[in-house]
Parts: sequence; structure tokens; C-alpha cells
Amino acid sequence: MPPVAENDILIDRGASSGGLAGVRGDFPIFSRSFDGRPLIYLDSGASSQKPQAVIDALAEHLRDHNANVHRGVYALAQEADAAYDGARRRVAAFVGAEPRTTIFTKNATEAINLVAYAWGRANVSAGDAVLITQMEHHANLVPWQVLCRERGASLRYLEVDEHGELSLAQLDAELARGDVRLLAFAHVSNVLGTINPVAEMTARARAAGVATLVDGAQAVPQLPVDVAALGADFYAWTGHKALGPTGIGVLHGRAELLEQMPPFLTGGDMIASVDFQQSTWNELPYKFEAGTPPIAEAVGLGAAVVYLERLGMERVRAHELALTEYMLERLAQVPGLRVVGPPTAARRGGLASFTLEGMHPHDVAELADRAGVCIRAGHHCAQPLMRCLGVSATARASVGVYNDRADIDALIDALNAGREVFGL
Amino acid sequence: MDDLYRDYILDHYKQPRNFGELEPHDLEALEHNPLCGDELGVHIRVVDDRIEDLRFHGHGCAISQASASIASEELKGMTLEQVGQLDADWMIELLGIPVSATRRKCALLNLKVVRGAVTGDRDWPA
Repeated sequence: MPPVAENDILIDRGASSGGLAGVRGDFPIFSRSFDGRPLIYLDSGASSQKPQAVIDALAEHLRDHNANVHRGVYALAQEADAAYDGARRRVAAFVGAEPRTTIFTKNATEAINLVAYAWGRANVSAGDAVLITQMEHHANLVPWQVLCRERGASLRYLEVDEHGELSLAQLDAELARGDVRLLAFAHVSNVLGTINPVAEMTARARAAGVATLVDGAQAVPQLPVDVAALGADFYAWTGHKALGPTGIGVLHGRAELLEQMPPFLTGGDMIASVDFQQSTWNELPYKFEAGTPPIAEAVGLGAAVVYLERLGMERVRAHELALTEYMLERLAQVPGLRVVGPPTAARRGGLASFTLEGMHPHDVAELADRAGVCIRAGHHCAQPLMRCLGVSATARASVGVYNDRADIDALIDALNAGREVFGL
Repeated sequence: MDDLYRDYILDHYKQPRNFGELEPHDLEALEHNPLCGDELGVHIRVVDDRIEDLRFHGHGCAISQASASIASEELKGMTLEQVGQLDADWMIELLGIPVSATRRKCALLNLKVVRGAVTGDRDWPA
């Protein structure tokens, strides 16, 4: 093995290490080791780890309060109702949204598909356009591609410049063409890290009479998000990247639009009444929650946002900004390494995607794993963006509330050790 | 010495044998590794039902590139029937390194492309 021995001995997690005090201890997974090495988890952009409070909330719900919701008259069922509706209130309040317009889905992908099917099929016709950006995750690209093909509409892209940013001038020009029905874009790019100017973009779209959908999957876990202030008609995000469990996503929608929209999935729970030939729909948000919802997962997500609120999202952002600054500074010292996206940490979320000359990203990630460092490699579900960047793949390190400078140091040591294996 | 990135693997990665275009060619195929967006194509020249010559082209990780390079030397001279019978074990043994479940796709990409060009079966390995 190459010299990664420093990681074996001791990782300094002192007060000066840039960590949020005591936070790592809340995440039991960090007591695990891999071949005697501590877990260095730098893949929170893919999925975050879970604090004990979330694990406990899930277990407690399943152990003590489990029943189906919205149907039972007995006390236990009412506890389940209270837990599920309480989770919705907490999740909505966390991002400045109303419970009535906060819909639980399976994940962010399903939340976006809900809009593409229920709103899109009713509002996008032949000759119309949907405007997205070159930096979209496949989750906010493929649903629009399918919708546009089906409706005979065109799918157009805002370009990403050499700093990984969008141009408001190009947005204005596209909106001025008069055929755009929807503008859909990521709040924070999962590849470039770019934080897009959401409020400016939605204001321009609104002025042009264009609906907006924002993919907040990467934003909600790391930025203070106020859905009302951002002004999007639809805002989608997912639980598992925000310290919550998998299987739970969230869609916030503007009430007038949600009321006009037909249901997405149909079946139980989403109806007001069912006759032999026709049915009427339940009120918001239940109209969009067909079937037994992810009850325990919602409760878990409720616990996650309470945990994040206690940390304070301003502090979370400050912590991840400082770590990202440090990461960019350290990555710049690795020969042959090129970071994509905004050059300064202030314009980006807590991640860095990079290429390393002479090594494929898969090999970079495989060799990082030898030192217990978990990073992602591949196209990050953003193949069109990869083409724009002129690469087939990148490696990506992303931080969370539990990371500190020692994790970044371990990454840099692992990258240097990997270069040595490759004789670079 | 690294278990996976042995000297001969890195040598094949850095100086892949039989890479480039082959004109004219009789058979060709192109495949993507959906995991990472890598792509690998092959041009094959056939004489008397045997692979007379072949060239790979594309880009990928050390494992996929080294596999293609190593396999290319073995594939020359094989009959098309023999190629159609090659299986995953043949490639993994030839590669001579422990390949994890995730990297198996990388290691087998070249054989998938070659089999696709020769047999038309693009669904291998099932």
C-alpha cells in the first residue's frame, strides 16, 4: 500500500479542526471502522448520514405509534395521524412553507414527476417550450424531456459559463421569446456546486407569466431556505440528503396551482368520494398523496429538520462554507487536479467536483476508499453537463455537518497516495 | 504493490495495445458504461472467419482500458465462433486481479463490445 499511514494513527478532531462542536458524536455511523480505519465520509451530496435523533424517532414511531393514517378511530391510529401531520407541520415550517401546500412524495424525483405529469400535461402544449439549464440533474431533465416529446413542445437549455454559472441575460432573452411555459432549475448544482440566484430568476419568470420549479435537493440540507421568499411555484427536495431517511421527498407548491391541477397518482386516501364511474378529489395536500404514505419516513424527516433547526441553518452554512474554502485551497495544491464550477466557495455549496490528470475518476475514488475516504465518481446523473464540461466523469467530494478539516486532510493524503500508485 | 493497480495493469492503461481506428473494418460496435458514462468502441477486420486485426477506441478507467488492451492481444487470431463463446470468467482470469462487483462492469466492457460486434448480442452479460 502507498503511504497513507498518517490516517491510521490519529485524526485530530480538536476544537480548531473546523467542526461543528460535538456534532459528529450525534452520528453513530462514525463509530464504525473499515479495516481499522475511521470512516471519512465525503459523499453527503449523494446521501447524508443520520443522527441518533432520527434513528430513534423512526424506531420509536414503529415501536410505539404504528398504525395507518387518516382512517382509524382508535387511539393508536390517532397517534399515528398526529405523528404524520406533526411531521408535515415541522417540515413545512423548516423551509417557510404551509402544511397544506407541502406534499410528501417518495423522493425529489417523484416530486418533480408529479409536477411534470399533473401540471405539465395540463399546461404545456405543442409549440410551447420548457426552459431548464445545462447543469440539471437527470431528475430535473428527463421528466421535461418526456413531457416535451409527448406534447410536441421544445426543451431549451440555459447555458453554463466557464465559472459554472448561468446568465440572467440569457434567461431574459429566452423569456422574451414568449413561448416558455415553465422554467425549471436547480437551487444548488450537484456537480458544480453553483448556488443559483433563485429569487432573481423566479421574479423574472413571474414577470413573464412563466411558472417555475426549483430542485432544492442539494440546497435544503445546507442553506437556510425560505420557500416563500424564493418565490418558486414549485420547490422539490428530498429527505435522505437532509439527515432524514430514504423514501421521503417533499414538494411545496403554490396553492392556486395545486388546486387547479388534476391528481398525479390515484387510489386510496386521495379521494373525497368514489362512485362506480367517477370520483372526486380530497383537499390539499391529500389530493397528491395516493395510498398509504411513507409515515415512519415522514416522522424521521420531521426529527431531522428539528435537529437541523437546533444546529441552526446559518451555522450549518457557515460551517460548510469554511470547510469548502479549505477544501478548494487544499485541492489546488494537488498537481494535475482541476476543480469544476465557481472558483470561490461563497458562490457554491459544500462540494467540489474535480478531475485528476492521468487518473480516471473511478480509479481516484477506488484509491481514496483504500484510505477509508468515501467520495463519488461518475457522471453524477448529469450527462449533458459532463458533455458541456468536456469530461466523461468527475470525482466529487461533498461535506456535511459532521465533517471537519481532518476529513479534507485525509482526502488530500489519499489523492496524493493514489497519484503515487499511478506513478504520477 | 497494490492488489488492483498492478504494474502490468497500469502499463496497459498508460500504453494501451491495439487502440485507435482500423480502416477498413468489417465489424464494429460501441458501448457505454451506464455507471460512469465511459465509452468503448471496437473495429474488427475479419479474414476467413477469424479476427485478423482489431482496434479499440474510447475512454474509461484503468480497469476498463487495461482489460481491453490485454484482451486485444488474445482476440487476434480467434475464430468468430470462439469469440461468441467467451465468457466473463475468461476475461476476469485474463485480467488476473481481484475485481469487485462494482468494477466488474468496467472489466467486462471490452468483451461486451467485441461480442456485440461479432454476434450482434448487445444484452451480454445478462
